[in-house]
Amino acid sequence: MTLCEITLEDIESLAVGAWILGTGGGGSPYLGLLNMRRLYAEGHRVWLMPAAELADDDWVAAVSNMGAPLVGQERLTDSRTIARAVALMEEHTGYRFRGVMALEIGGGNSIQPLMAAAHLERPVIDADMMGRAYPEAQMTSVAVGDLRPCPLTTVDVRGLEAVVDKVPSWKWMERVSRKICVEYGSIASTCKAPRTGREVKHWGIHGTTTKAIEIGRAVREAQRTHADPIAAILGVEPGKLLYQGKVRDVERRTTEGFLRGRAQFAGSGDWLGAAMRIEFQNEWIVAWLDGEPIAMSPDLICVLDSVSGEAVGTETIRYGQRVTVIALPPPRVFLTPKGLAHVGPRAFGYDIDFRSVFDA
Amino acid sequence: MRRIGIDVGGTNTDAVLIEDGQVAAAIKAPTSEDVTGGIFEAFARLKATRALGGGRVDAVMIGTTHFMNAVVQRRHLSKVAALRLGMPASASLPPFCDWSPDLARLVAGGVWMVEGGHEYDGRPFMPLDREGVHQAAREMRAKGLRSVAISAIFSPLDPSHEREAAAIVAQENPGAAITCSADLGRIGLLERENAGLLNAALADLAHDTIAAFEAAIRGSGLDAPLFITQNDGTVAEAAQARRLPVYSFASGATNSMRGGAYLSGLADAMVVDVGGTTTDIGQLRAGFPREANSVVRIGGVRTLFRMPDLISIGLGGGSHVSLEPLQIGPLSVGYRLPSEGIAFGGTQLTATDIAIAAGLIALGDRTRVADLDRATCARVLGAAQRMIEANVDAMKTAAGDVPLIAVGGGAFLVPDRLEGVSRVIRVRHGDCANAVGAAIAQVSGEVDQVFRDLTRADAIAKAAALAAHRAVAAGADRASLQTVETEDIPIAYLPGNAIRVRVRVIGDVAASTGRDR
Repeated sequence: MTLCEITLEDIESLAVGAWILGTGGGGSPYLGLLNMRRLYAEGHRVWLMPAAELADDDWVAAVSNMGAPLVGQERLTDSRTIARAVALMEEHTGYRFRGVMALEIGGGNSIQPLMAAAHLERPVIDADMMGRAYPEAQMTSVAVGDLRPCPLTTVDVRGLEAVVDKVPSWKWMERVSRKICVEYGSIASTCKAPRTGREVKHWGIHGTTTKAIEIGRAVREAQRTHADPIAAILGVEPGKLLYQGKVRDVERRTTEGFLRGRAQFAGSGDWLGAAMRIEFQNEWIVAWLDGEPIAMSPDLICVLDSVSGEAVGTETIRYGQRVTVIALPPPRVFLTPKGLAHVGPRAFGYDIDFRSVFDA
Repeated sequence: MRRIGIDVGGTNTDAVLIEDGQVAAAIKAPTSEDVTGGIFEAFARLKATRALGGGRVDAVMIGTTHFMNAVVQRRHLSKVAALRLGMPASASLPPFCDWSPDLARLVAGGVWMVEGGHEYDGRPFMPLDREGVHQAAREMRAKGLRSVAISAIFSPLDPSHEREAAAIVAQENPGAAITCSADLGRIGLLERENAGLLNAALADLAHDTIAAFEAAIRGSGLDAPLFITQNDGTVAEAAQARRLPVYSFASGATNSMRGGAYLSGLADAMVVDVGGTTTDIGQLRAGFPREANSVVRIGGVRTLFRMPDLISIGLGGGSHVSLEPLQIGPLSVGYRLPSEGIAFGGTQLTATDIAIAAGLIALGDRTRVADLDRATCARVLGAAQRMIEANVDAMKTAAGDVPLIAVGGGAFLVPDRLEGVSRVIRVRHGDCANAVGAAIAQVSGEVDQVFRDLTRADAIAKAAALAAHRAVAAGADRASLQTVETEDIPIAYLPGNAIRVRVRVIGDVAASTGRDR
């Protein structure tokens, strides 16, 4: 059994790397990071376990926070609530979880399994179900695999608890759990349907916690040594440099609970005179270079601050920012016809055939 | 109307006398260690210009970086009791949790967390634990804590729990200085609370500083009310400024921008204020600085409250210049320029020396910088120009050229042509734009509360009347009042057509004749 301790430095890196894997969305990991700093100061420690080492009949908890970021900014994040969602699932099912994993490695949800793991003294399984951030519940590897969507536990910090025991589909799960979340005050800590070790090994997206830590470490090291953080990321990930330039215009609208819009860029350096446009639905979805779609979901489109190398989010991007756009390879599970039906460009309303920047 | 505007900067204290809308006199005096000394000196120099004469002065408006500096330099800060209403949420991230240890050690006097707060739709999150607040207030008193910062979940939406807790703390702890986070607005509990904690940490300093300003005015033989300039381009009466000192943060830059607008007659423009050590860049919209909508770090503390959107870069008249490799600032000789700059007989090459060698200004002894050839000067000034251009562009919110007002003692570093700028405007008294901005600042009155059982129109009218009343009480001339902001948010959950209305009115400072002081 190779359990590897996650150091506080690793968690600081995770916060930076997960924000980059958030591809513009996923929420800031800042409050989760603050919780982890305090937990480590109190003596808690968290270990990381490779998914491959799970036994087929192990049970794994997949966790995430659900709801409006605005409410999270007022109620803050209490590390014990997510741990309680996992404990509630154990009480409900009678399983004992071998470890805890992330639903979504991109953004703030990357830290949720660490908080649960610290309190429950179980390892974090080095895998997630998106490999990035996505806005909807069916945009996961386990939904692509048609694995059971239920049960799901929801916990409010005041001690309100509910279990969604049976639903026929991921869409129903989204509808019913969303209602509960709204009644709680639009924020809930959730433990998703328990997964067997076999399911995680087959359908989980492996190594993503490590990947986020490595990306974050590369960026932070480059910042410390005044090296180029973009080159540092491309040094640890087989990504592709797509564009460099400056934000020329941003349009945003909130529709059906999503932040939609587009950002336009004017090129610089090798891209002088070239125009890029990236459209988003919470996350960056499709990038056009001079009118041609060149990168699209499920490829990861990451817009980074050219100087700091840190992610630039769709909520906060603004005129004049100097950015570099890179693509990172998507999880293989999303490249099948079924996977593309869940997260390909048509799933976001674009009538475009998926073509990966990594095929060229 | 005769008003004196004073800007107490890190290097110089600038003062102007504005008479019937014109700058009648402008002076600069060195800033003193004890603050009041510099102000006495400024009054003395103003008197020496004879413009002041024996006539009445209607108001003295002072802009000061004193409170911001106290936080940055960790000096003169009070111990603060933090009271948060929001349990059982947020318990794992208590007040001060993201402060640097050195500042937390100085300021954190104790933390109390009790049940209370609201939901985003106006429902109570938890009922306020009144007994818990009483108990906390008694413990604060026992620990000798006299400055209290209160925060509650979603208090910008419904401040009632903070207000009630403040009343209880005042009852248990008479005379305590209390800051409610709702007075600082903005969603984001940690950042709003941090602004409240900083405000509370400045309670004693605000009390002493404002008393010293008042003493300096009286001691100079003036009989005029004191106003302190705020970072939104208005002034607050002494009592209000004492209660919310954080609103003076960055007021110096705001004053420069407002002064630039006033002196140029432009209401929409970029303003570049080049001082001795730093250059502040901001954007005027309808005569006022654009507000920042994001987290602003003050002395390392993440805060979110009303602040002008500014970029400060390490470029100023005193900036150190090195040629191989080329580097300007951020180090600066500051107020020691007249002794340390090469043109003044010193040994440190500064941006001002370059400007003298290039013939942009006549200062010091030009022969001392004669070995700086034209190409070298062009290289340095070109680098300064690119620093300004890049940051002017970063301050824009849309593409397109904009007019730019260059002010401050180092404005000579701003060239006449800049990329992205339609024209560069220089104004008379531009080196005292900050003091002019202070002198012309207006008075505001604000209301932000929940009204029930009224139509929307009636609620807004009632709020506007209340805001006008507050502005007049704060020293505004009723005839000059105008409403500058109206915002209403229906609160769906609360019974009786509850609506939250925010109204802000602004007016000129009333002539002090007949004012009851």
